Amino acid sequence: MASNSTRLRALALYKELHRLGREYPDPAYDFHGRIRRLYEKNKDLTDKDEIEKALKLGEYIKKETLALYSLRKYRHLKRMYPDSLTDPIP
Amino acid sequence: MRPSAARLLNILVPVKRAVDYAVKIRVNPQQTGIDTNVKHSMNPFDEIAVEEAVRLRERLKDQIKSIKAVTIGPPKSIDTLRTALAMGADSAIHVEMPESAPAPEPLAVAKALRAIIEKQEGGVDLVILGKQAIDDDLGLTGQMLAGLLNWPQATFASKVDIDVAKKEATVVREIDGGGEEIRCHLPLIITTDLRLNEPRYASLPNIMKAKKKPIEKLSASDLGVDLSPILETLKVSEPPKRVGGGKVESVDELIAKLKDAGITAV
Repeated sequence: MASNSTRLRALALYKELHRLGREYPDPAYDFHGRIRRLYEKNKDLTDKDEIEKALKLGEYIKKETLALYSLRKYRHLKRMYPDSLTDPIP
Repeated sequence: MRPSAARLLNILVPVKRAVDYAVKIRVNPQQTGIDTNVKHSMNPFDEIAVEEAVRLRERLKDQIKSIKAVTIGPPKSIDTLRTALAMGADSAIHVEMPESAPAPEPLAVAKALRAIIEKQEGGVDLVILGKQAIDDDLGLTGQMLAGLLNWPQATFASKVDIDVAKKEATVVREIDGGGEEIRCHLPLIITTDLRLNEPRYASLPNIMKAKKKPIEKLSASDLGVDLSPILETLKVSEPPKRVGGGKVESVDELIAKLKDAGITAV
């Protein structure tokens, strides 16, 4: 690993991703395993740009997972509690 | 010289630890209620309430003095409070009930909330609650609290605007057929509809910061309230299973089947 600051960022991101993975809706999808393998694959990077790219990918995965969770929740709630526009009185 | 500040607002957000939205609800073997040995999380409508309080602070800045979360429940409910604190509440109150105690009914919750509000130094100007809990779908607590306190209520809110100087709120309510815009004086009870906002995700750094925020512990006897149920549930059962439909080969067969079912021509 290049510098201490990127190491700290990588660790913080890992902890965040790990916590997110606990709520993954599909039990067959090994979220934790995948994150771990992705990190292990990149643990010996030394080039600053490559490290930056890897961190960006991690951030992207985090945002996509968050979007998945909130969309899933929103769709469920919208179906259970329809509003006057989607379920109009005839 | 700075003008003297208009009254600063204190917001109270009651939250409930409810069965998680993704859990399929099942009746328990004794048929006295639902199986509660499942994942719980903050009631989604209460998440929207916390989010609205935090957004009000983002809009009104220093005019919001405090955002306090409160929950009534077993020791595990403290996780719900931590989520509220991580989302942006300043402090919290936990009215702890023993693990084995039955869940409090809305009237008991409303009475406890009233006792808490009356205890608050500096008073409470706004109480934002979820419109209903997704595990019991009762939708009673906000309205009962308004009745007990004799405060105005703006329920099923899909938009909230506060004028602190005038101590007024303009709220759009979701009703059958559209939206109703009303103006209310503070102090006010608001219950949140799904359309009000989309709650933020409590990130890990915020969760860590929330660990330092104060949580006050209270008991029902501290508030002088009896949280035991006054209703007795006789039986809880699942709705009857849907019977499958049948396919018909021709219009005549359809008419014959309708006649058999007792449906005659108009």
